[in-house]
Amino acid sequence: MASERPLTKDMKADGEVLLLREYERVGGYRAIREALGMEPKEITDLVAKSGLRGRGGAGFPTGSKWSFVPLGKDAPHPKYLVANADEMEPGTFKDRWLMEGNPHQLLEGMMIASRAIEADVAYIFLRSEYVLSAQRMQHAIAEAYAAGYLGKKIFGSEVSLELFLHLSAGRYMCGEETGLLNALEGKRANPRTKPPYPQISGLFGKPTIVQNVETLSNLPHIVNHGFEWFKKLSRTADAGTKLYGASGKVKRPGLWELPMGTTVGELLEDHAGGMRDGVKFRGLLPGGASTDFLTEQHLDVKMDFTEVQKVGSRMGTGTMIILDDQTCPVGMVWNLEDFFAQESCGWCTPCWSGLRWAERILFAFEQGLGSEADLEKLAWITKLCAPGNTFCALAPGAVEPLQSALKYFRDDFLRHVHEKRCPWR
Amino acid sequence: MLSAEERREIEAELPHYPDKQAACIDAMKIVQRYRGWLSDESIREIAEFLGMSPDDLDSVATFYNLIYRKPVGRHVILLCNSVSCWIMGYDRLRERLCQRLGIQLGETTADRRFTLLPIVCLGTCDHAPALLLDNDLHRDLSPNSVEQILESYR
Repeated sequence: MASERPLTKDMKADGEVLLLREYERVGGYRAIREALGMEPKEITDLVAKSGLRGRGGAGFPTGSKWSFVPLGKDAPHPKYLVANADEMEPGTFKDRWLMEGNPHQLLEGMMIASRAIEADVAYIFLRSEYVLSAQRMQHAIAEAYAAGYLGKKIFGSEVSLELFLHLSAGRYMCGEETGLLNALEGKRANPRTKPPYPQISGLFGKPTIVQNVETLSNLPHIVNHGFEWFKKLSRTADAGTKLYGASGKVKRPGLWELPMGTTVGELLEDHAGGMRDGVKFRGLLPGGASTDFLTEQHLDVKMDFTEVQKVGSRMGTGTMIILDDQTCPVGMVWNLEDFFAQESCGWCTPCWSGLRWAERILFAFEQGLGSEADLEKLAWITKLCAPGNTFCALAPGAVEPLQSALKYFRDDFLRHVHEKRCPWR
Repeated sequence: MLSAEERREIEAELPHYPDKQAACIDAMKIVQRYRGWLSDESIREIAEFLGMSPDDLDSVATFYNLIYRKPVGRHVILLCNSVSCWIMGYDRLRERLCQRLGIQLGETTADRRFTLLPIVCLGTCDHAPALLLDNDLHRDLSPNSVEQILESYR
């Protein structure tokens, strides 16, 4: 039986965008009308019961996140809802698909989330390199305003919602929740100390929810079909479908909406078509640059937040980056750490200093100048950057591929030491 | 002085935020679209318009890699150097681009036609390697495709 694909089934095969009237023809904007008749807390309870977890990578339960926002007439206003469309995690390209293919689905999801937290203003925080996403989201927003779906008294209700597209000016740090809030306030995207959490004091000091594009796009379907339906979409305890992807030297790199809990091996073989002729599989990062490597022994692991964590990695964004035997694992990790060192905002020392140090050591290995003692230094840096030692998750994420490479590819590091060169060059 | 168009476009962004300074990134991008890059003079003009000190605005400007504080060419090439593109042949692509343009990353050609900059993951990893040239995404690139692409940008 073909599995359900609520997020992508209505998208056009030719890659063209779904316009407002086309979105309505397939049932669009029904869920928000229903949500406007519900109490905000009812919506949050529904989302909590659905088991929806944040698709930006962290997997935090969405309903639980919203439950901390103060509601009612004594709550501070304006409150804000922000769609995190700053898709900049290396190897991740899933939110682009949702914004280019079905922008109204995201808008409707934002409207539902805004209703649940009684938000007055919503922003889409979009990286400006996503040129087509920006054009299509902007057009969809204009269509929605013209139809009376945004602005004052949306859908003829007593509820008002302003929604703006903010085009960012670069930097990976903007994808971090509190860094994003600073960027949206026109500041440097340094992270903020928590607490206070954004639900209490977020954008401009007001209650704010920041949510990933894929998470928000799920909301209309949960309202339309109920929480039990949403749970049944998944093969595991983590509910829903997931946008999975693969890049690297596989036969068919791409994106697929599949039941949550589809295994690593199925993604690699059945969907990505296996490795290209002449190259062999060595390992993969399951969900973007800031996740630990998985290897051959993990092909049966179900890709969801819970199961991947059990084997010492994270599902992250669910878009896998494949390492093959013709590619140097040390070089790959060097590329990753160079990225993280460059993108560190410079706010805390383990991150700006530790990551550049790791990058310099890895570069030395690539030049044939690494030693066995350097492996100990690298291992020490991964501990230096561990959770709790830094303001935000950038550094802990940055050392995930490094710590797992030291575990799974130690022999490859040692070959660089003994041969005094990179054996792949 | 900010032009009438620049002022009008910045003013259109102001109602999106509760304070003027929040619009400073939008404002810098608007002015950069007209002028190509932001000189010290441009920073002063925007800061004055938004009621900020030039130093405050510059601290924001220098954080963001898509705000250019040095002159760039007529066309800006943003070449993805992140992991999927690296696996799929970034190094050879960069070498060919540098050789063909006669410049290194971060530089501008003598005729001011192209600036070549590295960029983090462009989010098109199933079609790696990729680059963004002005507003056009070029994907599934090989070193041999470089020549033809550059030809179409005068």
